[in-house]
Amino acid sequence: MNPSERRNLRNGLLFISPWVIGFLTFCVYPVIKSFYLSLCDYSILSPAVFTGWQNYVELAGDEVFWTAVSNTLFFAVFAIPLGLLLSLALAVLLNANVRGRGVFRTIFFLPSLVPMVCLAVLWQWMLNGDVGLVNEALRVPLNAINSLLGSELRPPNWLSDARYAKWGLIFTMLWGVGNSVVIFLAGLQDVPVHLYESAEMDGANFPQKLWHITLPTISPVIHFNLIMGLIGSFQVFAVPYVMTGGGEGPGRSMLFLATYLYQNAFEFWNMGYACAIGFVMFVIILTLTLLANKLSERHVFYAGK
Amino acid sequence: MPANRSPISFSTLLVYVALGVAAFAFLLPLAWMVSTSLKPLNETMSVPTRWIPSTIRWENYPEAIAEMRYFWRYAANSLWICLLSVIGTVTSSALAAYGFSRIEWRGRDKVFLVLLATMMIPFPVVMVPIYGFFKELGWIGTFKPLWVPAFFASAFNVFLLRQFFLGLPRDISEAARMDGCSEFGIFVRIILPLCKPALLVVALFQFLYSWNDFLGPLIYLTDQRDFTLALGLQSFQSQSGGTAWHHLMAASTLVLLPVIVLFFFTQKSFIQGIATSGSKQ
Repeated sequence: MNPSERRNLRNGLLFISPWVIGFLTFCVYPVIKSFYLSLCDYSILSPAVFTGWQNYVELAGDEVFWTAVSNTLFFAVFAIPLGLLLSLALAVLLNANVRGRGVFRTIFFLPSLVPMVCLAVLWQWMLNGDVGLVNEALRVPLNAINSLLGSELRPPNWLSDARYAKWGLIFTMLWGVGNSVVIFLAGLQDVPVHLYESAEMDGANFPQKLWHITLPTISPVIHFNLIMGLIGSFQVFAVPYVMTGGGEGPGRSMLFLATYLYQNAFEFWNMGYACAIGFVMFVIILTLTLLANKLSERHVFYAGK
Repeated sequence: MPANRSPISFSTLLVYVALGVAAFAFLLPLAWMVSTSLKPLNETMSVPTRWIPSTIRWENYPEAIAEMRYFWRYAANSLWICLLSVIGTVTSSALAAYGFSRIEWRGRDKVFLVLLATMMIPFPVVMVPIYGFFKELGWIGTFKPLWVPAFFASAFNVFLLRQFFLGLPRDISEAARMDGCSEFGIFVRIILPLCKPALLVVALFQFLYSWNDFLGPLIYLTDQRDFTLALGLQSFQSQSGGTAWHHLMAASTLVLLPVIVLFFFTQKSFIQGIATSGSKQ
Protein backbone atom coordinates (compact mmCIF):
# COMPACT_ATOMS: atom_id res chain seq x y z
CA MET A 1 0.00 0.00 0.00
CA ASN A 2 1.40 3.37 -0.87
CA PRO A 3 0.96 6.36 1.52
CA SER A 4 -2.08 7.75 -0.24
CA GLU A 5 -3.81 4.38 -0.19
CA ARG A 6 -3.03 4.05 3.46
CA ARG A 7 -4.38 7.53 4.16
CA ASN A 8 -7.57 6.73 2.27
CA LEU A 9 -8.04 3.52 4.20
CA ARG A 10 -7.60 5.35 7.50
CA ASN A 11 -9.97 8.15 6.47
CA GLY A 12 -12.54 5.74 5.09
CA LEU A 13 -12.61 3.72 8.30
CA LEU A 14 -12.81 6.90 10.37
CA PHE A 15 -15.84 8.11 8.43
CA ILE A 16 -17.69 4.83 8.69
CA SER A 17 -16.71 4.34 12.35
CA PRO A 18 -20.13 5.43 13.74
CA TRP A 19 -21.74 2.75 11.65
CA VAL A 20 -19.08 0.17 12.59
CA ILE A 21 -19.67 0.77 16.31
CA GLY A 22 -23.44 0.55 15.79
CA PHE A 23 -23.05 -2.56 13.66
CA LEU A 24 -21.04 -4.31 16.36
CA THR A 25 -23.26 -3.16 19.25
CA PHE A 26 -26.72 -3.43 17.75
CA CYS A 27 -26.17 -6.18 15.20
CA VAL A 28 -23.23 -8.56 15.60
CA TYR A 29 -23.30 -8.76 19.39
CA PRO A 30 -27.11 -9.15 19.70
CA VAL A 31 -27.31 -11.74 16.93
CA ILE A 32 -24.63 -13.90 18.58
CA LYS A 33 -26.06 -13.30 22.04
CA SER A 34 -29.55 -14.05 20.81
CA PHE A 35 -28.42 -17.35 19.35
CA TYR A 36 -26.67 -18.23 22.61
CA LEU A 37 -29.75 -17.24 24.65
CA SER A 38 -31.94 -19.36 22.37
CA LEU A 39 -29.97 -22.30 23.79
CA CYS A 40 -30.63 -21.19 27.38
CA ASP A 41 -33.30 -20.97 29.99
CA TYR A 42 -33.29 -17.24 30.62
CA SER A 43 -35.74 -14.92 32.35
CA ILE A 44 -33.56 -11.77 32.61
CA LEU A 45 -34.09 -11.77 36.39
CA SER A 46 -31.71 -14.67 36.93
CA PRO A 47 -28.60 -15.63 34.92
CA ALA A 48 -29.06 -17.72 31.78
CA VAL A 49 -28.73 -21.48 32.18
CA PHE A 50 -27.47 -23.39 29.16
CA THR A 51 -29.96 -26.05 28.10
CA GLY A 52 -28.81 -26.93 24.60
CA TRP A 53 -31.49 -27.39 21.96
CA GLN A 54 -34.21 -27.66 24.59
CA ASN A 55 -36.05 -24.48 23.44
CA TYR A 56 -36.12 -25.62 19.83
CA VAL A 57 -37.37 -29.05 20.84
CA GLU A 58 -40.13 -27.39 22.84
CA LEU A 59 -40.99 -25.11 19.92
CA ALA A 60 -41.42 -28.12 17.65
CA GLY A 61 -44.09 -29.47 19.98
CA ASP A 62 -45.67 -26.11 20.83
CA GLU A 63 -49.10 -25.87 19.24
CA VAL A 64 -49.33 -22.13 19.82
CA PHE A 65 -46.05 -21.62 18.01
CA TRP A 66 -47.33 -23.52 14.97
CA THR A 67 -50.47 -21.42 15.01
CA ALA A 68 -48.26 -18.34 14.91
CA VAL A 69 -46.23 -19.79 12.04
CA SER A 70 -49.29 -20.66 10.00
CA ASN A 71 -50.93 -17.28 10.68
CA THR A 72 -47.76 -15.49 9.60
CA LEU A 73 -47.46 -17.58 6.44
CA PHE A 74 -51.14 -17.01 5.63
CA PHE A 75 -50.69 -13.28 6.02
CA ALA A 76 -47.52 -13.20 3.92
CA VAL A 77 -48.89 -15.44 1.17
CA PHE A 78 -51.85 -13.12 0.59
CA ALA A 79 -50.62 -9.70 1.67
CA ILE A 80 -47.40 -9.69 -0.37
CA PRO A 81 -48.78 -10.62 -3.82
CA LEU A 82 -51.96 -8.57 -3.34
CA GLY A 83 -49.87 -5.60 -2.27
CA LEU A 84 -47.57 -5.94 -5.28
CA LEU A 85 -50.50 -6.31 -7.69
CA LEU A 86 -52.43 -3.38 -6.27
CA SER A 87 -49.47 -1.03 -6.15
CA LEU A 88 -48.29 -2.02 -9.62
CA ALA A 89 -51.79 -1.55 -11.04
CA LEU A 90 -52.10 1.89 -9.47
CA ALA A 91 -48.63 2.87 -10.71
CA VAL A 92 -49.44 1.72 -14.25
CA LEU A 93 -52.63 3.79 -14.18
CA LEU A 94 -50.69 6.81 -12.92
CA ASN A 95 -48.07 6.30 -15.59
CA ALA A 96 -50.70 6.64 -18.34
CA ASN A 97 -50.60 10.17 -19.61
CA VAL A 98 -53.20 11.56 -17.22
CA ARG A 99 -53.81 15.02 -15.90
CA GLY A 100 -53.63 15.50 -12.16
CA ARG A 101 -51.10 12.70 -11.75
CA GLY A 102 -49.51 14.52 -8.82
CA VAL A 103 -52.84 14.76 -7.00
CA PHE A 104 -53.64 11.09 -7.51
CA ARG A 105 -50.16 10.08 -6.42
CA THR A 106 -50.53 12.12 -3.23
CA ILE A 107 -53.90 10.51 -2.52
CA PHE A 108 -52.48 7.00 -2.90
CA PHE A 109 -49.44 7.88 -0.84
CA LEU A 110 -51.20 9.58 2.10
CA PRO A 111 -52.42 6.42 3.89
CA SER A 112 -48.88 5.03 4.03
CA LEU A 113 -48.01 7.98 6.27
CA VAL A 114 -50.59 7.01 8.87
CA PRO A 115 -48.79 5.80 12.04
CA MET A 116 -49.32 2.09 12.79
CA VAL A 117 -51.32 2.72 15.94
CA CYS A 118 -53.68 5.17 14.18
CA LEU A 119 -53.96 2.72 11.30
CA ALA A 120 -54.96 -0.06 13.68
CA VAL A 121 -57.47 2.09 15.59
CA LEU A 122 -58.99 3.50 12.42
CA TRP A 123 -59.43 0.10 10.77
CA GLN A 124 -60.77 -1.45 13.92
CA TRP A 125 -63.52 1.11 13.47
CA MET A 126 -63.77 0.63 9.70
CA LEU A 127 -64.19 -3.14 10.18
CA ASN A 128 -66.71 -2.85 13.00
CA GLY A 129 -69.33 -5.51 12.31
CA ASP A 130 -72.45 -3.40 12.94
CA VAL A 131 -71.62 0.17 12.03
CA GLY A 132 -68.28 -0.11 10.20
CA LEU A 133 -67.95 1.51 6.80
CA VAL A 134 -66.64 -1.66 5.15
CA ASN A 135 -69.77 -3.60 6.03
CA GLU A 136 -72.02 -0.71 5.12
CA ALA A 137 -70.48 -0.81 1.65
CA LEU A 138 -70.74 -4.61 1.50
CA ARG A 139 -74.41 -4.61 2.48
CA VAL A 140 -75.39 -2.96 -0.81
CA PRO A 141 -74.35 -5.84 -3.11
CA LEU A 142 -75.21 -8.48 -0.50
CA ASN A 143 -78.75 -7.16 -0.10
CA ALA A 144 -79.16 -7.15 -3.86
CA ILE A 145 -78.06 -10.78 -4.03
CA ASN A 146 -80.27 -11.66 -1.08
CA SER A 147 -83.40 -10.18 -2.62
CA LEU A 148 -82.57 -11.86 -5.92
CA LEU A 149 -81.86 -15.34 -4.57
CA GLY A 150 -83.74 -15.20 -1.31
CA SER A 151 -80.47 -15.98 0.49
CA GLU A 152 -79.42 -14.53 3.83
CA LEU A 153 -75.86 -13.40 3.22
CA ARG A 154 -74.57 -10.98 5.80
CA PRO A 155 -71.19 -9.23 6.00
CA PRO A 156 -68.84 -10.78 8.59
CA ASN A 157 -67.92 -9.41 11.96
CA TRP A 158 -64.36 -9.09 10.76
CA LEU A 159 -62.11 -8.76 13.77
CA SER A 160 -64.16 -10.87 16.16
CA ASP A 161 -64.48 -13.78 13.76
CA ALA A 162 -61.47 -16.09 13.57
CA ARG A 163 -62.23 -16.88 9.92
CA TYR A 164 -62.09 -13.26 8.79
CA ALA A 165 -59.77 -11.44 11.21
CA LYS A 166 -56.63 -11.94 9.10
CA TRP A 167 -58.47 -10.72 6.01
CA GLY A 168 -59.35 -7.58 7.91
CA LEU A 169 -55.66 -7.13 8.63
CA ILE A 170 -54.74 -7.74 5.00
CA PHE A 171 -57.19 -5.05 3.82
CA THR A 172 -55.77 -2.68 6.41
CA MET A 173 -52.25 -3.25 5.15
CA LEU A 174 -53.32 -2.93 1.50
CA TRP A 175 -54.52 0.58 2.24
CA GLY A 176 -50.91 1.49 3.04
CA VAL A 177 -49.32 0.41 -0.27
CA GLY A 178 -48.54 4.02 -1.23
CA ASN A 179 -44.84 3.53 -0.68
CA SER A 180 -44.55 0.86 -3.31
CA VAL A 181 -46.81 2.82 -5.67
CA VAL A 182 -44.29 5.66 -5.60
CA ILE A 183 -41.36 3.28 -6.09
CA PHE A 184 -43.11 1.49 -8.97
CA LEU A 185 -44.05 4.77 -10.62
CA ALA A 186 -40.43 5.95 -10.50
CA GLY A 187 -39.41 2.64 -12.11
CA LEU A 188 -42.08 2.95 -14.81
CA GLN A 189 -40.95 6.44 -15.69
CA ASP A 190 -37.45 5.12 -16.35
CA VAL A 191 -38.67 2.73 -19.04
CA PRO A 192 -37.21 4.10 -22.32
CA VAL A 193 -39.96 5.61 -24.48
CA HIS A 194 -38.39 4.33 -27.70
CA LEU A 195 -39.14 0.76 -26.64
CA TYR A 196 -42.86 1.53 -26.59
CA GLU A 197 -42.66 3.47 -29.83
CA SER A 198 -41.06 0.65 -31.75
CA ALA A 199 -43.52 -1.84 -30.25
CA GLU A 200 -46.41 0.37 -31.33
CA MET A 201 -45.04 0.46 -34.86
CA ASP A 202 -45.15 -3.31 -34.80
CA GLY A 203 -48.81 -3.07 -33.75
CA ALA A 204 -48.43 -4.19 -30.11
CA ASN A 205 -51.47 -3.63 -27.91
CA PHE A 206 -51.53 -2.61 -24.25
CA PRO A 207 -51.28 -6.09 -22.64
CA GLN A 208 -48.48 -7.03 -25.02
CA LYS A 209 -46.52 -3.89 -24.20
CA LEU A 210 -47.09 -4.48 -20.48
CA TRP A 211 -45.94 -8.08 -20.65
CA HIS A 212 -43.01 -7.76 -23.05
CA ILE A 213 -41.65 -4.30 -22.25
CA THR A 214 -42.88 -2.84 -18.95
CA LEU A 215 -42.62 -5.86 -16.66
CA PRO A 216 -39.16 -7.04 -17.82
CA THR A 217 -37.77 -3.50 -17.61
CA ILE A 218 -39.07 -2.83 -14.11
CA SER A 219 -38.30 -6.33 -12.82
CA PRO A 220 -35.54 -5.01 -10.50
CA VAL A 221 -38.14 -2.75 -8.86
CA ILE A 222 -40.58 -5.65 -8.49
CA HIS A 223 -37.77 -7.64 -6.90
CA PHE A 224 -37.00 -4.78 -4.49
CA ASN A 225 -40.64 -4.39 -3.44
CA LEU A 226 -40.97 -8.15 -3.03
CA ILE A 227 -37.99 -8.35 -0.67
CA MET A 228 -39.26 -5.38 1.33
CA GLY A 229 -42.68 -7.02 1.52
CA LEU A 230 -41.13 -10.28 2.72
CA ILE A 231 -39.10 -8.65 5.46
CA GLY A 232 -42.04 -6.53 6.60
CA SER A 233 -44.70 -9.25 6.51
CA PHE A 234 -42.78 -11.78 8.56
CA GLN A 235 -42.34 -9.34 11.42
CA VAL A 236 -45.85 -7.88 11.38
CA PHE A 237 -46.67 -6.88 14.94
CA ALA A 238 -47.95 -3.41 15.79
CA VAL A 239 -51.15 -3.34 13.75
CA PRO A 240 -52.56 -6.76 14.76
CA TYR A 241 -51.42 -6.18 18.35
CA VAL A 242 -53.25 -2.87 18.64
CA MET A 243 -56.26 -4.07 16.62
CA THR A 244 -56.82 -6.92 19.04
CA GLY A 245 -56.41 -4.67 22.06
CA GLY A 246 -52.97 -6.02 22.93
CA GLY A 247 -53.92 -9.63 22.39
CA GLU A 248 -54.03 -12.40 19.88
CA GLY A 249 -57.53 -12.14 18.40
CA PRO A 250 -60.39 -14.65 18.47
CA GLY A 251 -59.10 -18.22 18.58
CA ARG A 252 -55.51 -16.90 18.30
CA SER A 253 -56.28 -15.96 14.69
CA MET A 254 -54.20 -12.79 15.00
CA LEU A 255 -51.23 -14.33 16.77
CA PHE A 256 -48.17 -13.84 14.58
CA LEU A 257 -44.55 -14.87 15.05
CA ALA A 258 -43.56 -11.43 16.32
CA THR A 259 -46.57 -11.36 18.67
CA TYR A 260 -45.66 -14.71 20.17
CA LEU A 261 -42.04 -13.61 20.48
CA TYR A 262 -43.13 -10.44 22.27
CA GLN A 263 -45.44 -12.35 24.61
CA ASN A 264 -42.71 -14.80 25.55
CA ALA A 265 -40.13 -12.10 26.10
CA PHE A 266 -42.14 -9.44 27.91
CA GLU A 267 -45.27 -11.09 29.25
CA PHE A 268 -44.02 -14.56 30.27
CA TRP A 269 -40.37 -13.39 30.72
CA ASN A 270 -39.33 -16.52 28.88
CA MET A 271 -36.54 -14.79 27.02
CA GLY A 272 -34.53 -17.78 25.85
CA TYR A 273 -37.65 -19.19 24.23
CA ALA A 274 -38.34 -15.79 22.64
CA CYS A 275 -34.85 -15.79 21.12
CA ALA A 276 -35.47 -19.23 19.65
CA ILE A 277 -38.65 -17.91 18.00
CA GLY A 278 -36.61 -14.98 16.71
CA PHE A 279 -34.13 -17.32 15.10
CA VAL A 280 -36.82 -19.32 13.40
CA MET A 281 -38.21 -16.04 12.04
CA PHE A 282 -34.76 -15.03 10.87
CA VAL A 283 -34.15 -18.32 9.10
CA ILE A 284 -37.51 -18.12 7.33
CA ILE A 285 -36.84 -14.58 6.11
CA LEU A 286 -33.30 -15.45 5.05
CA THR A 287 -34.37 -18.57 3.16
CA LEU A 288 -37.17 -16.79 1.32
CA THR A 289 -34.95 -13.81 0.45
CA LEU A 290 -32.25 -16.08 -0.94
CA LEU A 291 -34.94 -17.95 -2.85
CA ALA A 292 -36.22 -14.67 -4.30
CA ASN A 293 -32.67 -13.74 -5.27
CA LYS A 294 -32.19 -17.08 -6.98
CA LEU A 295 -35.42 -16.58 -8.91
CA SER A 296 -34.39 -13.07 -9.84
CA GLU A 297 -31.14 -14.30 -11.38
CA ARG A 298 -33.28 -15.99 -13.95
CA HIS A 299 -36.08 -13.48 -14.37
CA VAL A 300 -34.83 -10.05 -13.38
CA PHE A 301 -33.32 -7.97 -16.12
CA TYR A 302 -30.68 -5.43 -15.16
CA ALA A 303 -29.95 -2.89 -17.85
CA GLY A 304 -26.29 -2.83 -18.84
CA LYS A 305 -25.54 -6.35 -17.67
CA MET B 1 -51.19 21.80 -23.68
CA PRO B 2 -52.27 21.53 -27.33
CA ALA B 3 -54.88 24.08 -28.36
CA ASN B 4 -57.25 21.66 -30.04
CA ARG B 5 -57.44 18.61 -27.89
CA SER B 6 -58.57 15.43 -29.53
CA PRO B 7 -61.69 13.95 -27.97
CA ILE B 8 -60.81 11.70 -25.04
CA SER B 9 -60.46 8.13 -26.20
CA PHE B 10 -62.34 5.28 -24.57
CA SER B 11 -59.21 3.82 -22.97
CA THR B 12 -58.23 7.17 -21.45
CA LEU B 13 -61.70 7.48 -20.02
CA LEU B 14 -61.31 4.02 -18.51
CA VAL B 15 -58.03 5.06 -16.88
CA TYR B 16 -59.68 8.11 -15.35
CA VAL B 17 -62.60 6.09 -14.03
CA ALA B 18 -60.26 3.52 -12.46
CA LEU B 19 -58.08 6.22 -10.91
CA GLY B 20 -61.15 8.05 -9.63
CA VAL B 21 -62.63 4.95 -8.00
CA ALA B 22 -59.28 4.05 -6.42
CA ALA B 23 -58.69 7.60 -5.16
CA PHE B 24 -62.19 7.64 -3.66
CA ALA B 25 -61.53 4.35 -1.86
CA PHE B 26 -58.18 5.55 -0.55
CA LEU B 27 -59.58 8.81 0.78
CA LEU B 28 -62.74 7.38 2.32
CA PRO B 29 -61.21 5.99 5.54
CA LEU B 30 -59.51 9.31 6.29
CA ALA B 31 -62.72 11.20 5.63
CA TRP B 32 -64.59 8.81 7.88
CA MET B 33 -62.05 9.25 10.64
CA VAL B 34 -62.47 13.02 10.60
CA SER B 35 -66.24 12.76 10.27
CA THR B 36 -66.47 10.40 13.26
CA SER B 37 -64.21 12.66 15.30
CA LEU B 38 -66.77 15.49 14.99
CA LYS B 39 -69.92 13.54 15.85
CA PRO B 40 -71.89 13.24 19.05
CA LEU B 41 -71.42 9.72 20.44
CA ASN B 42 -74.89 8.42 19.51
CA GLU B 43 -74.45 9.43 15.87
CA THR B 44 -71.27 7.35 15.52
CA MET B 45 -73.52 4.31 15.79
CA SER B 46 -76.13 5.32 13.23
CA VAL B 47 -76.77 3.09 10.24
CA PRO B 48 -76.67 4.20 7.46
CA THR B 49 -73.68 6.40 8.18
CA ARG B 50 -74.37 10.06 8.78
CA TRP B 51 -71.43 11.73 7.07
CA ILE B 52 -72.21 15.24 8.25
CA PRO B 53 -73.06 15.25 11.97
CA SER B 54 -76.23 17.06 13.04
CA THR B 55 -74.06 19.33 15.16
CA ILE B 56 -70.33 19.53 14.62
CA ARG B 57 -68.80 18.70 17.98
CA TRP B 58 -65.39 20.33 18.11
CA GLU B 59 -65.50 19.62 21.85
CA ASN B 60 -64.56 16.01 21.05
CA TYR B 61 -60.99 17.16 20.60
CA PRO B 62 -60.43 18.83 23.98
CA GLU B 63 -62.40 15.98 25.58
CA ALA B 64 -60.16 13.35 23.98
CA ILE B 65 -57.07 15.27 25.08
CA ALA B 66 -58.39 15.44 28.62
CA GLU B 67 -59.25 11.75 28.66
CA MET B 68 -55.76 10.80 27.50
CA ARG B 69 -54.55 12.68 30.62
CA TYR B 70 -50.95 13.25 29.53
CA PHE B 71 -51.60 14.15 25.90
CA TRP B 72 -49.30 17.19 25.86
CA ARG B 73 -46.57 15.31 27.67
CA TYR B 74 -46.85 12.48 25.14
CA ALA B 75 -46.55 15.05 22.36
CA ALA B 76 -43.50 16.66 23.98
CA ASN B 77 -41.89 13.24 24.53
CA SER B 78 -42.48 12.25 20.91
CA LEU B 79 -41.07 15.53 19.62
CA TRP B 80 -38.00 15.31 21.85
CA ILE B 81 -37.23 11.72 20.81
CA CYS B 82 -37.80 12.61 17.15
CA LEU B 83 -35.52 15.64 17.37
CA LEU B 84 -32.63 13.76 18.96
CA SER B 85 -33.01 10.81 16.58
CA VAL B 86 -33.06 13.09 13.55
CA ILE B 87 -29.90 14.90 14.65
CA GLY B 88 -28.21 11.59 15.40
CA THR B 89 -29.08 9.77 12.22
CA VAL B 90 -28.42 12.67 9.86
CA THR B 91 -24.89 13.29 11.19
CA SER B 92 -23.82 9.68 11.63
CA SER B 93 -25.40 8.38 8.42
CA ALA B 94 -23.92 11.22 6.37
CA LEU B 95 -20.45 10.48 7.78
CA ALA B 96 -20.75 6.78 7.01
CA ALA B 97 -22.25 7.38 3.57
CA TYR B 98 -19.32 9.66 2.77
CA GLY B 99 -16.87 6.94 3.79
CA PHE B 100 -18.72 4.48 1.56
CA SER B 101 -18.85 6.71 -1.51
CA ARG B 102 -16.33 9.55 -1.73
CA ILE B 103 -13.17 7.82 -0.51
CA GLU B 104 -11.65 4.84 -2.27
CA TRP B 105 -10.30 2.29 0.15
CA ARG B 106 -9.57 -1.35 -0.10
CA GLY B 107 -12.48 -3.62 0.82
CA ARG B 108 -14.97 -0.74 0.82
CA ASP B 109 -17.56 -2.33 -1.42
CA LYS B 110 -17.39 -5.61 0.45
CA VAL B 111 -18.06 -3.84 3.74
CA PHE B 112 -20.94 -2.03 2.06
CA LEU B 113 -22.48 -5.37 1.12
CA VAL B 114 -22.34 -6.28 4.81
CA LEU B 115 -24.22 -3.06 5.57
CA LEU B 116 -26.90 -3.93 3.02
CA ALA B 117 -27.21 -7.42 4.49
CA THR B 118 -27.93 -6.00 7.95
CA MET B 119 -31.17 -4.52 6.63
CA MET B 120 -32.52 -8.05 6.49
CA ILE B 121 -32.14 -8.69 10.21
CA PRO B 122 -35.58 -8.21 11.76
CA PHE B 123 -35.66 -6.18 14.97
CA PRO B 124 -37.56 -8.89 16.91
CA VAL B 125 -34.56 -11.21 16.43
CA VAL B 126 -32.15 -8.90 18.25
CA MET B 127 -34.73 -7.34 20.57
CA VAL B 128 -34.02 -9.46 23.66
CA PRO B 129 -30.21 -8.99 23.83
CA ILE B 130 -30.54 -5.28 23.07
CA TYR B 131 -33.14 -4.98 25.83
CA GLY B 132 -30.77 -6.80 28.19
CA PHE B 133 -27.93 -4.50 27.16
CA PHE B 134 -29.97 -1.36 27.89
CA LYS B 135 -31.14 -2.87 31.14
CA GLU B 136 -27.53 -3.34 32.27
CA LEU B 137 -26.88 0.29 31.42
CA GLY B 138 -29.89 1.25 33.54
CA TRP B 139 -31.63 2.82 30.54
CA ILE B 140 -34.98 1.00 30.76
CA GLY B 141 -37.66 3.56 31.58
CA THR B 142 -35.66 6.38 29.95
CA PHE B 143 -35.75 7.80 26.41
CA LYS B 144 -32.14 6.80 25.73
CA PRO B 145 -32.83 3.42 24.06
CA LEU B 146 -35.09 5.27 21.63
CA TRP B 147 -32.60 7.86 20.39
CA VAL B 148 -29.02 6.85 21.24
CA PRO B 149 -28.91 4.10 18.56
CA ALA B 150 -29.73 6.74 15.94
CA PHE B 151 -26.27 8.21 16.53
CA PHE B 152 -24.73 5.05 15.09
CA ALA B 153 -26.09 5.37 11.53
CA SER B 154 -28.92 3.31 10.13
CA ALA B 155 -28.18 1.08 7.16
CA PHE B 156 -31.14 2.35 5.16
CA ASN B 157 -30.17 6.00 5.57
CA VAL B 158 -26.54 5.29 4.71
CA PHE B 159 -27.74 3.52 1.58
CA LEU B 160 -29.93 6.48 0.56
CA LEU B 161 -27.28 9.14 1.18
CA ARG B 162 -24.63 7.10 -0.58
CA GLN B 163 -26.80 7.10 -3.71
CA PHE B 164 -26.84 10.90 -3.64
CA PHE B 165 -23.14 11.25 -2.83
CA LEU B 166 -22.18 8.95 -5.72
CA GLY B 167 -24.10 11.23 -8.05
CA LEU B 168 -21.77 14.17 -7.41
CA PRO B 169 -18.85 14.51 -9.82
CA ARG B 170 -15.49 13.26 -8.59
CA ASP B 171 -13.62 16.35 -9.75
CA ILE B 172 -14.98 18.59 -7.01
CA SER B 173 -13.33 16.44 -4.35
CA GLU B 174 -10.10 16.17 -6.34
CA ALA B 175 -9.88 19.93 -6.80
CA ALA B 176 -10.36 20.51 -3.07
CA ARG B 177 -7.73 17.86 -2.26
CA MET B 178 -5.27 19.64 -4.56
CA ASP B 179 -5.89 22.81 -2.58
CA GLY B 180 -4.93 20.93 0.58
CA CYS B 181 -8.40 20.60 2.01
CA SER B 182 -8.73 17.77 4.54
CA GLU B 183 -11.17 14.93 3.95
CA PHE B 184 -13.40 16.19 6.75
CA GLY B 185 -13.22 19.70 5.27
CA ILE B 186 -14.41 18.40 1.92
CA PHE B 187 -17.25 16.58 3.66
CA VAL B 188 -18.46 19.57 5.66
CA ARG B 189 -17.77 22.43 3.27
CA ILE B 190 -18.40 20.91 -0.14
CA ILE B 191 -20.41 17.70 -0.08
CA LEU B 192 -22.93 18.44 2.68
CA PRO B 193 -24.04 21.82 1.28
CA LEU B 194 -24.60 20.17 -2.10
CA CYS B 195 -26.71 17.42 -0.55
CA LYS B 196 -29.15 19.40 1.57
CA PRO B 197 -32.20 17.90 -0.18
CA ALA B 198 -30.92 14.39 0.52
CA LEU B 199 -30.25 15.23 4.15
CA LEU B 200 -33.79 16.58 4.41
CA VAL B 201 -35.12 13.29 3.06
CA VAL B 202 -33.21 11.31 5.68
CA ALA B 203 -34.37 13.68 8.42
CA LEU B 204 -37.98 13.25 7.28
CA PHE B 205 -37.76 9.46 7.17
CA GLN B 206 -36.23 9.33 10.63
CA PHE B 207 -38.85 11.72 12.01
CA LEU B 208 -41.62 9.53 10.61
CA TYR B 209 -39.96 6.40 11.92
CA SER B 210 -39.58 7.74 15.45
CA TRP B 211 -43.04 9.30 15.46
CA ASN B 212 -44.63 6.02 14.34
CA ASP B 213 -42.49 3.61 16.32
CA PHE B 214 -44.61 1.46 18.59
CA LEU B 215 -42.59 -1.60 19.59
CA GLY B 216 -39.62 0.42 20.87
CA PRO B 217 -41.61 2.63 23.27
CA LEU B 218 -43.73 -0.39 24.26
CA ILE B 219 -40.76 -2.33 25.60
CA TYR B 220 -38.50 0.49 26.84
CA LEU B 221 -40.89 2.95 28.48
CA THR B 222 -42.35 2.06 31.84
CA ASP B 223 -43.92 5.21 33.30
CA GLN B 224 -47.14 6.35 31.62
CA ARG B 225 -45.98 9.97 31.72
CA ASP B 226 -42.98 9.03 29.56
CA PHE B 227 -45.09 7.50 26.79
CA THR B 228 -44.89 8.74 23.22
CA LEU B 229 -48.04 9.74 21.35
CA ALA B 230 -48.18 6.41 19.52
CA LEU B 231 -47.97 4.44 22.75
CA GLY B 232 -50.30 6.88 24.53
CA LEU B 233 -52.91 6.43 21.82
CA GLN B 234 -52.69 2.65 22.15
CA SER B 235 -53.07 2.81 25.91
CA PHE B 236 -56.07 5.16 25.49
CA GLN B 237 -57.60 2.71 23.02
CA SER B 238 -57.16 -0.27 25.32
CA GLN B 239 -58.68 1.69 28.23
CA SER B 240 -61.72 3.01 26.41
CA GLY B 241 -62.22 -0.49 24.95
CA GLY B 242 -63.94 0.40 21.69
CA THR B 243 -66.84 2.48 22.92
CA ALA B 244 -65.99 6.17 22.68
CA TRP B 245 -65.21 6.08 18.98
CA HIS B 246 -65.67 9.81 18.55
CA HIS B 247 -62.89 10.44 21.08
CA LEU B 248 -60.66 7.70 19.68
CA MET B 249 -60.98 9.14 16.19
CA ALA B 250 -60.29 12.65 17.47
CA ALA B 251 -57.15 11.40 19.22
CA SER B 252 -56.06 9.48 16.10
CA THR B 253 -56.56 12.56 13.98
CA LEU B 254 -54.38 14.56 16.36
CA VAL B 255 -51.58 11.97 16.21
CA LEU B 256 -51.76 11.86 12.43
CA LEU B 257 -52.06 15.62 11.86
CA PRO B 258 -48.39 16.63 12.38
CA VAL B 259 -47.30 13.97 9.89
CA ILE B 260 -49.75 15.19 7.26
CA VAL B 261 -48.75 18.84 7.77
CA LEU B 262 -45.08 17.92 7.50
CA PHE B 263 -45.78 15.94 4.36
CA PHE B 264 -47.55 18.78 2.61
CA PHE B 265 -44.65 21.14 3.24
CA THR B 266 -42.01 18.68 2.05
CA GLN B 267 -43.91 16.60 -0.47
CA LYS B 268 -41.32 16.80 -3.21
CA SER B 269 -38.43 15.59 -1.06
CA PHE B 270 -40.57 12.83 0.37
CA ILE B 271 -41.62 11.39 -2.97
CA GLN B 272 -38.13 11.84 -4.36
CA GLY B 273 -36.60 10.01 -1.42
CA ILE B 274 -38.97 7.07 -1.62
CA ALA B 275 -38.50 6.79 -5.37
CA THR B 276 -34.71 6.71 -4.81
CA SER B 277 -34.94 3.99 -2.18
CA GLY B 278 -36.16 1.56 -4.84
CA SER B 279 -33.48 2.31 -7.40
CA LYS B 280 -30.39 0.20 -7.60
CA GLN B 281 -27.44 1.89 -9.15
